[in-house]
Amino acid sequence: MEIDDFITAIEEEFDNLNPGDVTPNSVFRDMEGWSSMHALIFVALIDSKYDVLLNGEELKSCVTINDLFDITRLKLNGGGAKA
Amino acid sequence: MKLFAKIRKISHYLPGLPVSIENNSNNCYHASQDEIGSDLAFKAVLKLFNEYPEIDKREIDFLIVSTLVLDYNSPTTASVLHHKLGLSSTCGTIDLPQGCSGFLYSLSVADAMISSGNARNVLILLGEVPSKAIHSEDSVLRSIFGDAGAAIVVSENNTKAIGKFTFATFGNGFDFLKVERGGGRHPIDEAWINKYSDQVNQLSFGRIEMNGLEVLRFALKEIPGFLEQTLVKNGLTISEIDFFIFHQASEMILKSLQRKCNIPEHKFISNFEEVGNTVSCSIPIALETAAALGTFKKGDKIVLLGFGIGFSCIGTVIEW
Repeated sequence: MEIDDFITAIEEEFDNLNPGDVTPNSVFRDMEGWSSMHALIFVALIDSKYDVLLNGEELKSCVTINDLFDITRLKLNGGGAKA
Repeated sequence: MKLFAKIRKISHYLPGLPVSIENNSNNCYHASQDEIGSDLAFKAVLKLFNEYPEIDKREIDFLIVSTLVLDYNSPTTASVLHHKLGLSSTCGTIDLPQGCSGFLYSLSVADAMISSGNARNVLILLGEVPSKAIHSEDSVLRSIFGDAGAAIVVSENNTKAIGKFTFATFGNGFDFLKVERGGGRHPIDEAWINKYSDQVNQLSFGRIEMNGLEVLRFALKEIPGFLEQTLVKNGLTISEIDFFIFHQASEMILKSLQRKCNIPEHKFISNFEEVGNTVSCSIPIALETAAALGTFKKGDKIVLLGFGIGFSCIGTVIEW
């Protein structure tokens, strides 16, 4: 699991994002037009790509794309309940 | 006596003109101020009787109604519609208000009634007006839900056309999607009325409250395995299924489930863009619309899978 793939998947998922728009340090809640629906899209995307289902607390604890990547990787490697 | 059941006819009714919600690609429909669920169901069944004159209402011997906005807390809305339709006095009536799983729950009862020889022609009436229970500033729910009515006749058949049903309930999720106020647990009180005094013509029957993240997590966590259980119970594999119609919950949930369940896009039927999430009406509307487009051929196997409030899941496989 590489962060570049993670970022590419995010950029492909959102119509308003172009390659290079997202970096590991991007604060995802600062994305243009951010709404609670976008958080759900992240959850669905991460589940679809990595079979990891984030919960509300985990989502709340994340600020940057790198935070999301780290928590996903941690759960993928058995560092937390998968669902 | 024929101890198999088949979906014989479906009609649906959409009130007014399509409403386009800001920043959303999908349309939905809103009932007029004086229409509630049973009115839309009534219009749908009048349409059905008109479109299919071979259906004789005197032969309807059981009526099942699913709506989240009952005419009265009691008697059943099915009794009210029985009267309005002038159905036979020997016709049984029940309400089965099971939200987004309401159609398939009703179909499972219709199938059981016919298979056991207790009924020959079951009428299922569905009517939903979620638009009346959404806060005017709740843009997320307003972009998802739409109003509709549907009428389905299930009749005895020579061969088995409705498969076995699978059921699941995750009662610990009941609080994540509900219509709050109006029931006995939390009656509408002065504080509630004052809080929503600006909601003219809205929230008279309560307010839909949804934890979108938990609904999504429920769908992603439970539905893929539930689909597999439904297939196994019917002795089928995913490759043997011609089409899949899931409850039209939201564009995102449908897209995510299609991916997660590895369902080819051309087999996955969705009309969310045209009508939104019409609660219990969503599966029959998608089924009827696809049938009208000539999508199905005789003998096609179609998975129907409903899920929603409760949380509840129900699935089956029908043969077209």
